[in-house]
This record gives sequence, C-alpha cells and structure tokens, in this order.
Amino acid sequence: MSARVPGPVMVAAGCGGTGRELEPYLGPAGLDGLDFVTRSITLDARPGGPGPRLVEVPGGIVNAVGLPNPGLEHFLATELPWLVRAGARVIVSIAGATMGEYADLARRLSRAPGVAGLEVNVGAPDEVGVGLFEVREPYHSASVIAAVRREFPADRPVLAKLRPDVSRIVEGARSCHEAGATAVVVGNAVPAAFPDGRAGGLSGPAIAPIALRCVATVHQTVPEVPLIACGGVRDAASATAYLRAGASAVQVGTALLHDPTTLARLRADLETSHQEDP
Amino acid sequence: MAESRAPVHVTGEVVATKRIGGYRHLTLTAPGVPESFRAGNFVAVTVEGHVARRALWVHRVRASSAFGPTLDVVVETRGSGTAWLAAQPVGARVTITGPLGRPFALPKDPVSCLLVGEGYAAAPLFPLAERLRERGCQVSLLVSAPDEAHLLSALEARRSARSVTVLTADGSVGQRGTVADHVDDLLVRSNADVVYAAGPTAVIRAAAAAAERAGAWSQVAVEVPTPCGTGLCHGCPLPVVGEDGVDRVIRACTEGPVVRGDRVRWEAM
Ligand SMILES: Cc1cc2nc3c(=O)[nH]c(=O)nc-3n(C[C@H](O)[C@H](O)[C@H](O)COP(=O)(O)OP(=O)(O)OC[C@H]3O[C@@H](n4cnc5c(N)ncnc54)[C@H](O)[C@@H]3O)c2cc1C
Ligand SMILES: Cc1cc2nc3c(=O)[nH]c(=O)nc-3n(C[C@H](O)[C@H](O)[C@H](O)COP(=O)(O)O)c2cc1C
Repeated sequence: MSARVPGPVMVAAGCGGTGRELEPYLGPAGLDGLDFVTRSITLDARPGGPGPRLVEVPGGIVNAVGLPNPGLEHFLATELPWLVRAGARVIVSIAGATMGEYADLARRLSRAPGVAGLEVNVGAPDEVGVGLFEVREPYHSASVIAAVRREFPADRPVLAKLRPDVSRIVEGARSCHEAGATAVVVGNAVPAAFPDGRAGGLSGPAIAPIALRCVATVHQTVPEVPLIACGGVRDAASATAYLRAGASAVQVGTALLHDPTTLARLRADLETSHQEDP
Repeated sequence: MAESRAPVHVTGEVVATKRIGGYRHLTLTAPGVPESFRAGNFVAVTVEGHVARRALWVHRVRASSAFGPTLDVVVETRGSGTAWLAAQPVGARVTITGPLGRPFALPKDPVSCLLVGEGYAAAPLFPLAERLRERGCQVSLLVSAPDEAHLLSALEARRSARSVTVLTADGSVGQRGTVADHVDDLLVRSNADVVYAAGPTAVIRAAAAAAERAGAWSQVAVEVPTPCGTGLCHGCPLPVVGEDGVDRVIRACTEGPVVRGDRVRWEAM
C-alpha cells in the first residue's frame, strides 16, 4: 500500500497560522479538502525568537520566526482537532533536535486521529541557530526520514522538506526517497541574513528561480522521485512553471502573508487550466 | 458573539483625502470592513511592490455616505509604504484586509472610563468613546502628542467625552508634559474604573502602571510591527502572562492588539 502524493495546491508550513486565521479567506469551501501543512511542531512548546522576526526585502522577506509552537501535546489537544473538523487534510510538519525526537513525534502523531501525513522539516535555513538536528550531508536527512518512516504507517505520506541548494539537492532527494519519503518538498526558505547580520531565511518571489532550478534538476536526474515545489508561488503562472518542470504539487507560503486569498484563487485557476489542457 | 465578524480582503477606493497637521486623513470604501468594525480593530493595507502589509488603526466608520459605508484612517509618513499611501489621490484603488485584531472590550456596567492616546494611535479611542457613551459610561479623554501638528483633534470627541485633556510635550497646545506626568492625577480626578490606552509603548505602559496603582482595569492597544496583520506569519511577538499565570508569547495582530495592561510583560518587549 503506498501513500498518495498530496496537492496540487497546498499551504506551506508556517504560513497558514493555525488554520483558523486562513479560513475567512478561502471562499465557501473553507479548509475542506485542502492540504494544510502546519507550522513545524516540536515535542516541547517554543516561544519563538525575539522581534523583529520578519523583515521585508526587495522581492521577498527574511524571517527568523524561531518555530513558535505550543508543543505536541497542546497541538494534539487543540489545533489538530479544529483542523480535522474543518475538513482539512492535515499534514503535520515536524522538527526535532535529535533523530530520537523526530521518531517520537512520528510515533505519537501516527496514533492521533486525523493526521493525513507528515512533512519532515530537515532543511531549515538556520537549523543550528534554532536548535534543530543539523543537516550537513544528504545522509543526515535520509536517516531522519528513515527514522520517521519506521514509526509512521506506510499508507500515509511522509514528505521530506529540503533546502533548495542546487549543488546538494539531487543527492538529498534521492537518498530521502530511498529512505522512504513519499515525496520531496523543494524547498525551504533560502539561508540569508537580516540587515544586522542575524541568520534567517529568504522567501517569496525572489527565491522562485532558485527553487525552480532545483526542481528541474532533480526531475531530470531522478525522475522517479515525486516532487512538491515550494518557493515564491503567487499565481497560476509561477505554479505552472513548477508543474511543467516536473513537480506534482506546489505549496504556497509568503504569498499568503501578502494576500491571504491567494490560495482560493490559485485552486480555482489551476482547476480551470487543467480543464483547458487538451 | 453570535454575528459573524470574519475579516475580508477587498479592493477599496480613496473617496477623500485631507492633510491635517502632520497627518494625512484618508476616507476609504472597503466593502464589508466598516460593517463589522469594532473600536480597536485595525486594517492591513497592501503597498504596491511590497510583500509585507501596513497596519493602520480605524479612526472612524460611517454606516452610510454618498459612497456607501466608509472608514477613516490617519496616516503618519514613516517610510516608503506610508508615503505611498498618504500620496494616494481620490479614486485610487487600495487593497485592504479587515477588520483585524481583538477590539477593546466594553464594560457591562455604565462605569467611569479614562481614555489615553498619543499621536495617530489615539485614533481608535474616538469610536471607542462613542460606544462607551452609548452605554452610559462617563468618558474622560486624554490626547497627547509631541507637538500640535501630531495631535488628533479632540473637537468632535467633546460630544462623547465629559472632559478632554490635551497635552503636548513642547507645550505648543494644551498642557505641557507627557502622559506619564499627568495620568495618575487624571485617574484620580476622573475616578475611572477602566483605563483604555493607545500609543507608543512608553505611553501605554505608563497608563497601565497608573491603572494598577489606582486599582483600575486597563486595556492597551499595542503596536508591534505586524508583517501580515492576519495571524498567518507569527511575526509580531507580544510577551504576556496568560490567564493561567504562565508566560507566553502571543501574536499581537490576532490575540491582540488590545490586551489587558496587567498582562503585558513590558520588560520583555
Ligand atoms: C496595529 C497597528 C496599528 C497602526 N496604526 C497606524 C495608524 O493608524 N497610522 C499610522 O500612521 N501608522 C500606524 N501604524 C504604524 C504603521 O503600520 C507603520 O508606520 C508602517 O507599517 C511603516 O511602513 P513604511 O513602509 O512607511 O515604513 P518602513 O520603515 O519603510 O517599513 C518597513 C517595514 O517595517 C514595518 N514597520 C516599520 N515600523 C513599523 C511600526 N511602527 N509598526 C508596524 N510596522 C512597522 C513596515 O510594515 C514594513 O514592513 C500601526 C502599526 C500597528 C502594528
Ligand atoms: C513566516 C514563515 C514561517 C515559516 N515557518 C516554517 C516552519 O515552521 N516549518 C517549515 O518547514 N518551513 C517554514 N517556513 C518556510 C515556508 O514553508 C516555505 O518553505 C518558504 O517560505 C518558501 O516558500 P514561499 O516563498 O512560498 O514562502 C516559513 C516561512 C515563513 C515566511
């Protein structure tokens, strides 16, 4: 039994609030049937980093939000049931400091009702700074994926979210796929800095060409790896570029911060263009 | 609350623009926003070519006008976004999301209230004063500013407020001094049970501290830069003590911007 790859339009981790804040902007269907990736959840609650957490730059934003989240227990008790009731297909993004933490998260989430899948955050732009498991080599991410896959039912997807670094992405995607990832998300925010030098991640339209290069390269080299594109998707054209390059789905992040109705529009547009395609 | 107050994301239009002192007052249509506005709500505005949104307090709403329902904002030019907004002529289209954030909570009983605001941030206190007066509350208003050019006119508020005190740091109009200098005294004179404050952190902190000294409740409207304004990005951290006594960091745009003054961890801001 193999898991279905979600999509074609998904909410990117950390850019949809808890779901409730996005709902007013999703049109009559609301969250029903939407692939919603949560912000990264850790075992223990995290307050997140100090302000300013986001700074605007031409074509995007640099963020160092610091993974604020209520911890697994509170998430399971409050945010998850709400999302499930709203009809979302909930993909829980998980982040840990050790492989053991990732495995723990996966085991406990496998028993929680309504979890449609997991996305493993293994390519954060400043993972050391925020205290996450450090990924220097492709086998680091692959071993995390293997540990998660062992704990999570095979009929539900495990997505590996990687850094969009064209010099490493092919190896990363291949090894995560071999370790059991249903699909690879390309990718996270690009390592960057605030004007004062503080580490952060760049996202938004500025990074779309970077992630597109990574998606195209992975697809050409290892076409058997299902790909989900993420980075600067804001309209049908930017989404279609990824789908043409070999991605089977796209995630929308920063665009929602600029226009929270982006997702509703994109879902409608992509459905229309699918129908128009011969 | 039974009625639906979900925010909307709409294209509105500038229907009036007026320079008053150091501020630009804009009147905008924004279908669905004025209708569900409550005092203390804000709107997020899109600035062309910028990813992040700009937050603005709603100064007033009109249920009907020649243009339908409208809302007023008061713009102080700070950087490129507010400069762009202030320059928009009548007829310009503006993308607006709102109403956003938790509004001021209104007392159930007709108590005595002191409203304290500084600069453009005094804007939400004017619709609040009207609501309070409708409930039979006695309203005292303290408006302050660095100088006369940055003082919101309290003329209209005189209808809703029993007393109006004007303060400027340079003494160009009203009494000279800061909110911190005068708020304790006013609290005693107005015999207020509740203090509502909006303005820079130093001002609302002083108002909250004075309320605590006097045994009054306080509600403060906090300005933390809000990149999206809608609660999606978690980019506007506000350190508070939760109802359960546990330290938390909440989103100023969603769990705020109005919070109880005694819950803010000012030293962590
Ligand atoms: C809840 C709330 C209500 C507000 N109400 C008003 C109002 O009624 N009238 C008014 O003139 N101003 C108001 N502000 C402040 C206003 O949003 C900022 O001055 C404005 O965003 C600055 O944008 P800019 O492009 O002109 O400046 P820049 O300095 O170029 O802005 C760069 C970035 O920093 C952000 N930023 C900088 N300073 C602030 C700040 N103090 N608050 C929020 N974001 C900031 C901007 O949004 C932008 O993303 C309010 C802020 C908040 C949080
Ligand atoms: C405010 C913010 C918070 C984010 N939080 C997370 C997170 O918790 N986990 C994660 O894997 N990625 C997180 N990301 C990265 C996004 O999910 C996405 O991969 C990245 O921003 C690139 O896509 P975009 O250009 O569409 O935003 C965050 C991004 C932003 C801007």
